[in-house]
Amino acid sequence: MVEEAEIRVVRQGGSKITFREPVISSDSRFLLCASGHTVKVFSTVTEECVQELRGHTDLVTGVLLRPSNHLQVYSCSADGTVRLWDFTDGILIRTYVIGYPIFSIFASASHDGVVFIVTASQRDNRSDAFQLVAVHLPACADQLVETTELSAVLGDVSANPAAIAFGRAGEYLASANGSQLEVYFFKKKKSHRFSLKEENRNGGRNTLTCVACHPTDDCVATGHEDGKIRLWRNFSHRKEYTYSTLHWHHGAVASLRFTPEGSNLLSGGLESVLVQWRYEQESQRNFLPRLGAAITHIAVSPDGSRFCTSHSDNKITIIQSCVKVSSIIQGLVTGDEVQTDLMVDPRSKALVLNGKPGHLQFYSLQRDKLLFNLDIVQQEFIHQSGLDQYQVVRVAFDGSGSWLATVEERKQKAAEVEVNLKLWAFDDHTQSFVLNTTIAAPHEARISALCFDPAAGSRTAVLVSSSADGHFKAWRLAAPPAHTDDEGASWSCDFVGAYHGLVPGCCSFSADGSLLAVSFQEVVTVWSPASWELLATLSQPPGDVRNLCFGRLSCSKYLLGTTTKLLCCWNLLTCSLEWSTSMEVSLLLADPLSENMAAFCHQDGSADRTSERSAFLQRRSCDPLMVPLSAALSDGRCVASRRRPDALVIDDAVAMTPFYLLLGKHQRSGAEAPAGGPSSGTPALPQSSAAVRELLQTPAHVLPAASFLCSAFLESLLISVTDDRSVEETGPADQEMESEKEEEEGSDEETGAGGTRPEEAPSGGAQTEGAAPGLTRTQVRELRRVRKLDHSWLAHLLDS
Amino acid sequence: MGEFKVHRVRFFDYMPSAIRAMAFNSHTERLAVARADGAVEIFNFADNYFQEKVIPGRDGRAVEALCWVGRRLFSAGLDGELTEYDLENLRPKYSIEAYGGPVWTISGNSQGTLLAAGCEDGTVKMFEILDERIQFQRNLDRQKGRIISLAWHPSGTKMAAGMMDMIRIFDTETGSATHRMLVERGAGASKSKEVVVWSVAFLSDHTVISGDSAGKFQIWDGSTGTLIRSHPVTKWDVLVLSVSQDESSVIAGTSEGTVVQFQFIASTAGQEDKHWFRTRTFKNHSHDVRALVHTDTAVVSGGMDTQLVVRPLLDKVEKNTQESALRKIAFPHRNLVSCAKKAGLLLFQFPDHLELWRLGESDGNGAPGEILPVKRKPEKLIQLKRKGEDHICCSALSPCGSWLAYSTVSSVRLYRLTLSSNSVSIQKVSKLPKELRSVHQLCFSLDSSRLFASSSLSSVVVVALDQTECRCLHTLKHKSGSKQPIHILCPSEDGRWLAAANTDCEIHVFDLHKKKLHCSVPAYSSCPTAVSIHPASCSLVSVHADQQIFEFSLKQKEYTEWSRQLQRQGLHPLWLQRDTPVTRVTFNPTNPAHIVLHDAFMFCIIDQSLPLPKAETKLYNQMVLRSFPQPQRSRESHAFKICKNFQCTLCEKKQGKQPHTNVKMKATQAWS
Repeated sequence: MVEEAEIRVVRQGGSKITFREPVISSDSRFLLCASGHTVKVFSTVTEECVQELRGHTDLVTGVLLRPSNHLQVYSCSADGTVRLWDFTDGILIRTYVIGYPIFSIFASASHDGVVFIVTASQRDNRSDAFQLVAVHLPACADQLVETTELSAVLGDVSANPAAIAFGRAGEYLASANGSQLEVYFFKKKKSHRFSLKEENRNGGRNTLTCVACHPTDDCVATGHEDGKIRLWRNFSHRKEYTYSTLHWHHGAVASLRFTPEGSNLLSGGLESVLVQWRYEQESQRNFLPRLGAAITHIAVSPDGSRFCTSHSDNKITIIQSCVKVSSIIQGLVTGDEVQTDLMVDPRSKALVLNGKPGHLQFYSLQRDKLLFNLDIVQQEFIHQSGLDQYQVVRVAFDGSGSWLATVEERKQKAAEVEVNLKLWAFDDHTQSFVLNTTIAAPHEARISALCFDPAAGSRTAVLVSSSADGHFKAWRLAAPPAHTDDEGASWSCDFVGAYHGLVPGCCSFSADGSLLAVSFQEVVTVWSPASWELLATLSQPPGDVRNLCFGRLSCSKYLLGTTTKLLCCWNLLTCSLEWSTSMEVSLLLADPLSENMAAFCHQDGSADRTSERSAFLQRRSCDPLMVPLSAALSDGRCVASRRRPDALVIDDAVAMTPFYLLLGKHQRSGAEAPAGGPSSGTPALPQSSAAVRELLQTPAHVLPAASFLCSAFLESLLISVTDDRSVEETGPADQEMESEKEEEEGSDEETGAGGTRPEEAPSGGAQTEGAAPGLTRTQVRELRRVRKLDHSWLAHLLDS
Repeated sequence: MGEFKVHRVRFFDYMPSAIRAMAFNSHTERLAVARADGAVEIFNFADNYFQEKVIPGRDGRAVEALCWVGRRLFSAGLDGELTEYDLENLRPKYSIEAYGGPVWTISGNSQGTLLAAGCEDGTVKMFEILDERIQFQRNLDRQKGRIISLAWHPSGTKMAAGMMDMIRIFDTETGSATHRMLVERGAGASKSKEVVVWSVAFLSDHTVISGDSAGKFQIWDGSTGTLIRSHPVTKWDVLVLSVSQDESSVIAGTSEGTVVQFQFIASTAGQEDKHWFRTRTFKNHSHDVRALVHTDTAVVSGGMDTQLVVRPLLDKVEKNTQESALRKIAFPHRNLVSCAKKAGLLLFQFPDHLELWRLGESDGNGAPGEILPVKRKPEKLIQLKRKGEDHICCSALSPCGSWLAYSTVSSVRLYRLTLSSNSVSIQKVSKLPKELRSVHQLCFSLDSSRLFASSSLSSVVVVALDQTECRCLHTLKHKSGSKQPIHILCPSEDGRWLAAANTDCEIHVFDLHKKKLHCSVPAYSSCPTAVSIHPASCSLVSVHADQQIFEFSLKQKEYTEWSRQLQRQGLHPLWLQRDTPVTRVTFNPTNPAHIVLHDAFMFCIIDQSLPLPKAETKLYNQMVLRSFPQPQRSRESHAFKICKNFQCTLCEKKQGKQPHTNVKMKATQAWS
């Protein structure tokens, strides 16, 4: 039982590193970027994250080199603080408390001790009004400094940090908002506004998107939504200002930067091409094309030797002198939606999910780094809105990670769905997946589930796909015919199954691959993959079966399924419902390492804390709230439910796999805490009586059959006459030693905890073998448990 | 609005000629425009960009360059001649052979004493400007290759000449070339082609600016002969440059139809260190920009697409005023069509021929807005080619349809037409009085018995027409002393009055019975663009280039009460903002209170009985009015009933009572 308040989610990774413009240190060795609640320091050469500046309690909204000390960096955050760091050592030097959420930060070398921040405008209550405020940072040695000296510079600015720039030597400041450019002169303390028409004659939108100022000349460059770049000059005159127009981009210009000498202007946008314009020779352009994704920010190192571009796919490209991409820092790609669900590559232990359109990304959770992208669709992505692209919708790995199955589909109309099933083999030589088989139109309708036989290796691998066309198909790796020896083994259809014309939903293999469960609406069918015969049907109306999971290890005789209202557990031996509980489970997953299962419930009222922030930060702010509601313990199963949004938001998703481990720990500690306390403090008598009570109070349906229990019980009675605890220690069953020691700690666990112990059935356990020659492994194990229970119980009995 | 039978005249296939060269006289604010057919037009920028004068062209005269020297206008062309124009008689005054092959350019120095002509044979010929003539003075050092462009230094001591592949700087006192600046050729395939320096400009700080056929806009230091900066402006040619008066801005016209502005701006505020920056790009032309003028407030451009575009510089003018609006002048500001009301004939005037058409007929009675079935289609009766090399400057058709007259710079021709139902005969009247030698405007009286011709010195020649002979009756003269040509002649319907308007903004009314000047309308500052005498009330209605309307009673010799009221109240701002002048005024004979006006894009009936529109009322309210119920309609309606959508109005036909008003629109209908 874990209380809600004890859960604190630490954002571990997967944050957007391209949220704000990155900063290159003055020696070009490091690249700093805001990433979630932290600032990450990457090496520009090795692409590794060398430091992580932790301390902010909300989203970091800006990173800025301190103009007077190039080894220090300011960061601002929505938590209302500006922090000063030594980024080479990762030390927080000072925290300035501003008190309002900060959206961006600017500074200029000529304004010493002053930083300019953008906060929400306090004057009116509009949520989209922002103001630029000058903050005088007090010079004192304290760690935590309250700043009081705030003075508003400009009202009505854009919250987009690209829309504000400092001009030549900090003499003026240019701010773009809507279709208006405002230039504020610090000396004269007045500003000039220049506005454009909202739309020009040809329908192009004149809205300003970004601003850059020339470092030595009085020239302001603005990027516009229609792809034009305007160079404004003579703006110190209110009337005789003039501008020239450059036009190459076809989409909005996302970022503009002048190089430090002012000889070049860099621009980037949707086209994923970095354009370099020669200043004053603007017809001479250089291009760096094929950067992979739309450019969102451009940063230039203070010495001008390196540029870096942030891209919309959470990637930062470091470019040497505009001709060569020197390194790429890639974060987790957050595509439009994660249709594949989250998978773990068994080989690399990487999280696998949709990345760029048509790609699968392999993301390392431990290193917070994208390992690689696998191009599934293998078609050129055409960047155009409204165009239907192939999307990867299903992914499955086999148990060893040597096979990968992907399903891609393109929906042109609702009726016509183009589906391809692709099978990829892991190539040890290249250490990546190689396309083995492409099956065009594997089903007549959309594929709803895909699963591999987990216990491959021993046999040929089997893949099962179920589809809305009413069939499920089994695909088997078939050796090539003898005459085509150049080709390797490929996949072909082995079996087509159907059940009364019902539409199959999910499918699941048992852990050893001996059983396949396929849900057909309300009915769960169990098949034998070896012979493809229908073994059993299970049903628990009402409601379609949504998830199916076989128990693992000691619980492998159970099959869990969820319907819209119920969580059901069937016993496969008896083919009957073992238990069921009423809960709305949206996802059911088995922990691959333990017997635990996680059921994810959707609960009402979960929206209370998700997002009450400003609209600008909203898309970042749904942090995963993990609130284990109850740990209903029955027959060794822990069911935890968790408050989560209905849609699988990627930020939650990142924390999900660690959650398995976390959850496992919590369950263990949660289970031990209440049980361990009394066991240490209470005398022996209650312990023995507890054992009796335990036997008696254990629900009858979780106990083995009475006949087995009886014989074992009696048998143990017989042996226990001479048996002692010390005798037991030196007893013949040496192979039990380990498990018994574990039992020492765990035996006091409450009722069903015995099942959590992974143990191997002793092949040569004389007594059990003799006692029940026809028993299955689980039965043997159950027996042994009962026997041990008896044993301790009797020992205590004898003592007393 | 009254009931009209409307003819759709879509067969006037008039094609304006491309603009070749322009010159602007900033003292008189006159713009001279030379067209590809050799015609020269004078626009008065001070008077709402009104096209004051047209000097017709001539076969074989291709004007390459125009130049104002004081109030005198010179041109040069590939025929190798320099021509001065007589702006009072609208004809070339004299031509002088330059003896250097085709002349590519002429340029006058700022002192107004010398005229330099760049010739094909590589010489720059200097002509001295005398009071009446120009006289060859000397040649500058002859170069290899033709001289394409010339620019004087404001001091007059130096001159830059654009040539093939290079720019030369001459010392005009010694005549020797001091610098030779090589212009880089275009890249790629055009490397082997010579680059043509189409235009040069010489600024007072000895900066030379050049535009060339490789698309470069280059800035040179003229005192050292070095290239300062090169701006690639276009892939094709930079054809023409123009410098503003204060030399802070240069515009360049390209063969892509764009005009690029460069400005001389300090790169950091408050410093003297200025540079030329490319700033704005104007794209108002579909084809080559051949001629450019940078006035103080606007960029005036013209080119192959025949339009004259006045693009105001928004940093020099007040925003959202009439001055800040873009103007496109596409069609001539005068009538090229005359009609014979009774015979149903139309005469179209082209530079080199006349076309006579008979209008279609229909028998139908139809509801308003209906298209009547055409019983007989319009047909072309005569295509009359002009004689001689000179282009037609004016033409007239008598109201009865039996006389046709046209005039060139050198002669007048009069024809007698005989029309029967299926045959047409035309007969030239051989003996014309000698007074009819050079006329600017022709007009027949309404009974077709008189021909009025405006002659030199603002006089009007009255010729009596007879079946047997035609003789000059008398010459009407006024005493204002103006020598400007008469551009409008308007006889009254009863044959008593003749109104004549000249480009000095004067309107004189002659009494034809007494054969003398009756009165002169008080002079107004803007040139009249259309004049007409009301048949019933004998008042003269004049519309001026600034869109003002006056009504002058000929009997009382004073402005009428309606006109005074109009002046007191003022015209609607939207009416004043229109940028095409009204080209004809006429009246509705069934309703004397109706004045009918039209310009190239609009047709308007002014009902003098209705209240004048106030500034806040909607001027263009015809469509809205139609949706109102009757009482509200009469409340909302005002004197100006304007129809802009010809497609729509032309269908709005009822059984017409006066077919004559309709035909006025033909020139515009041809393009609508």
